[in-house]
Amino acid sequence: MNMELSRRTFLKTSGAGLAGTTLGAFGFSEAEAAVAAAVKPFHLVNTTEARNTCTYCSVACGIIIYSKGDLKKGEKADIVHIEGDADHPTNRGTLCPKGSALRDIVKSQTRLTQPMLRKAGSDTFEAVSWDVALDKIARAMKDDRDANFVATNADGVTVNRWLTTGFLAASATTNETAFATYKVVRSTGILAFDNQARV
Amino acid sequence: MTNAWTDIKNTDLVVIMGGNAAEAHPCGFKWVTEAKATRGAKLIVVDPRYNRSAAVADFYAPIRQGSDIAFLMGLINHCISHDKVQWDYVKPFTNATFVVREGYAYQDGLFTGYDEEKRDYVKDSWEYEIGPDGYAVVDETLQNPRCVWNLLKQHVAIYTPEMVERICGTPKDAFLKVAEMVGECSTPTKTMTSMYALGWTQHSKGAQNIRGMAMLQLILGNIGVRGGGMNALRGHSNIQGLTDLGLMSNLIPGYLNIPTQKEPDFATYMSTRAFKPLRPNQTSYWQNYRKFFVSFMKSMYGPAATAENDWAYSYLPKLDVASYDVLRVFEMMKQGKVNLYFCQGFNPLQAFPDKGKLAAGLAKLKMLVIMDPLQTETARFWEDHGTFNKVNPADIQTEVIQLPTTCFAEDEGSLVNSGRWLQWHWPGGSPPGEAKTDTWIMAQIHLRLKELYKKEGGAFPDPIVNLNWSYKDPGDPTPEELAKEMNGSVLVDVFDPADPTKKVLEAGKQLSGFGQLRDDGTTAGGCWIYSGCWTEAGNMMARRDNSDPGDAGMFLKWSFSWPANRRVLYNRASCDLDGKPWDPSRKLIEWDGTKWTGYDVPDIAPTAKPRDVGPFIMNPEGTSRLWVRKMMRDGPFPVHYEPFESPVANVIAPKIRGNPVARVFPDDWKTFADIGDPAYPYAGTSYRLTEHFHYWTKNNHVNSVLQPEQFVEISEELAKEKGIALGGWVRVWSKRGELYAKAVVTKRIKPMTVDGKTVHIVGVPIHWGFVGAARKGFTANTLTPFVGDANIETPEFKAFMVNIEPSAGPVVA
Ligand code: SF4
Repeated sequence: MNMELSRRTFLKTSGAGLAGTTLGAFGFSEAEAAVAAAVKPFHLVNTTEARNTCTYCSVACGIIIYSKGDLKKGEKADIVHIEGDADHPTNRGTLCPKGSALRDIVKSQTRLTQPMLRKAGSDTFEAVSWDVALDKIARAMKDDRDANFVATNADGVTVNRWLTTGFLAASATTNETAFATYKVVRSTGILAFDNQARV
Repeated sequence: MTNAWTDIKNTDLVVIMGGNAAEAHPCGFKWVTEAKATRGAKLIVVDPRYNRSAAVADFYAPIRQGSDIAFLMGLINHCISHDKVQWDYVKPFTNATFVVREGYAYQDGLFTGYDEEKRDYVKDSWEYEIGPDGYAVVDETLQNPRCVWNLLKQHVAIYTPEMVERICGTPKDAFLKVAEMVGECSTPTKTMTSMYALGWTQHSKGAQNIRGMAMLQLILGNIGVRGGGMNALRGHSNIQGLTDLGLMSNLIPGYLNIPTQKEPDFATYMSTRAFKPLRPNQTSYWQNYRKFFVSFMKSMYGPAATAENDWAYSYLPKLDVASYDVLRVFEMMKQGKVNLYFCQGFNPLQAFPDKGKLAAGLAKLKMLVIMDPLQTETARFWEDHGTFNKVNPADIQTEVIQLPTTCFAEDEGSLVNSGRWLQWHWPGGSPPGEAKTDTWIMAQIHLRLKELYKKEGGAFPDPIVNLNWSYKDPGDPTPEELAKEMNGSVLVDVFDPADPTKKVLEAGKQLSGFGQLRDDGTTAGGCWIYSGCWTEAGNMMARRDNSDPGDAGMFLKWSFSWPANRRVLYNRASCDLDGKPWDPSRKLIEWDGTKWTGYDVPDIAPTAKPRDVGPFIMNPEGTSRLWVRKMMRDGPFPVHYEPFESPVANVIAPKIRGNPVARVFPDDWKTFADIGDPAYPYAGTSYRLTEHFHYWTKNNHVNSVLQPEQFVEISEELAKEKGIALGGWVRVWSKRGELYAKAVVTKRIKPMTVDGKTVHIVGVPIHWGFVGAARKGFTANTLTPFVGDANIETPEFKAFMVNIEPSAGPVVA
């Protein structure tokens, strides 16, 4: 988009050279230029942008995520700012009190960072590896399914259902995640399957 | 939504009832402001609270929670008796003229066929009379007393303005003012839009609330037009997508159904899904069901789904009950019948009713698996948080595995907004710590399970080991691969039957739309309604051209909207019988003599002649339905039923408690307060605040600063009566549990007079819990009853009975 391009180019080209060129051209004195140079540069300088949508309600306001580091180049990217996408037809750049604070949910102190296990009767979580966690889950599923799978009902009709395990799916995940989830869950014969649309 | 957020600017009248868009959907509500500013549109708000939508409304009418159907039937009664009907729309485009079979009747709150013991109907009489030609009988003159129109007239006659006041507590004058404003929209050039959300769904008759408004909109001729429609505002960012994709007990993607055990084979399953047109020339698009189903099975099971094995029909589980919805599953859990439970980005300890019952259920599991970006109460249900969550961890044997996942800012893919736009998004940051995408986790679980079945054998391994999982990296399918799979592709070259040298579909190519899906196994497609989202031309969901020809608000080149990039559902109905727009200044499409053209993708075959083919192409009637035949469990017309807990008996049917066909588990009856129970005299309701999103944003420092502390809202009158001070502590309790909160004493809530009795309202915002950055609070679902809507089991969170008293606050150890 033109707008996106011009804006980004403007930020990148004008940011660093601001004190030396623009201010000089306006005729500021050296002292003033020194003050201007000491001012913290605009915090979106040298960030990469990603187009995204707000994670909360289904108005689905367009947002732009600004990060230090470029995921597309395989770098680590640290999100420094999120704001409304002015080109988005629905929100035209505006965000509500929830959307305006999106950066702080991404950076929440209570984000989970490693797999945890709470043993039966314990009063605490302990860290485990992904392999330990996933192997435990697969083993528990297999054992429960083998023990409780209903191949035929009382009338001898093939029903192939598994009722002792259930799955709640997340309606803030993408369609693509949801479809992968659907395939995995349904293939096991689980019927206790639901998502937030129910509530 | 039938329409889109950006289309609201085209309206003349906005009715917000069953929602609070200004606070819960603020940036969408801007389009209401836009319509007011540029078109002079009016806004009506009908709600128990004078909320912030009401604060900017042209007219506000109070209503007691749980009485919406009486109000809506009252509006229909008013429109019929004052001839506020768009006749040129109603006669050809609804089933008003259809004649209903002899034997159908309604009396004292019940339709024919009620079985009290089963709490269910035998619905055989709820059907059309079928003529000797095999089609439904219609009476264009509307003289037949059994035609839908006359039955409707009779059905709503009881809902007079006086009756509305008696049931709803809405003063008669206020109701009449609303009725007058609504009635004006029955002309072809005036349009009303309905904006609703959980204020309508979270009732034991939620689906009928919405039907009531849909019927009114049809009578006014407001469905399919610019600035009209039924607009469900929707909650989570992809709640529409998860529903479309059928992540529910009884669904297959694209609103197909999981079979029941009464359908042991594919032929039986298909036999009730012929969708034969009920009137001549009608499209009845569901006739293509078999194509959608077979293509889905090819996507699920690839080469393992063949014509010989009925497309692996036996791989699908068969239901023995209507569905294993969450209420049923937590009931089973409490009975010790569930061993293993997964919560993916879901916090059921707060999201479902009756926390006490939920916690008891979780404690009976062998293993609970949590996949979430954030801490949740559910993940820590076993942890002692004093008065907020009093438990002894040593007593709880459930093993809990908590897996860290990425959030929206760290993953790629599409989400469906309320207006059915599939918008692709790109990641901006790296995941924290060891967090992984949900897709990776699901793939890892699947691969491990498959490995175990291959190694050890076990119960019916076929659907697991044969699941089509042909991704480049099976351990981590990409969003692109999954999106393309949902769109659908050609598996085998297809040649023109008339000319076998002509290739019509080429193997390996993406489908351009669902019209290309086939029922012979030559195409695969995960979700038929999404077909067209990723074609040979690329990712349509990633499109970001915000041009808007004619300022129509359609934005056809922005993302992709299902179905077929259509922005307004049923848009054929925006034109009269001859295909001319009702309102030329608000054209959507029109018939140019040979085809349909315009600003939107026509919701009809482009060359279907206007007088031949009806606008509601999914329905076998070709029309919309004022009367829904057997399709809803609680009746072909909505009826006012009281909530299960209510301050008064049902005025129009005193013997009926709640919705007569809503499912109640035996133990739960004991947890409901009696009708008019003096121990629980106040009508409670739950809602959200604009600063918070459910139970997530209490993990967000900024939002927790904006709204740090739990409160309840009561009127000045109730505060005075109970000696409660503004900002003072109160205890609120229902028959199921209690919470402590600060009291907000406000003019926004007023006592109402219902059937001669004063009813006070207690408002309970839902955002607090025992983890997060905000001050600890009580989960609001401590109070709410364990019962759901009769058709879809959405819990009755919006209407329950409580008591309240001033208090010294919670004892925090
Ligand atoms: S910014 Fe607000 S209105 Fe927009 S999607 Fe997010 S929560 Fe909804």
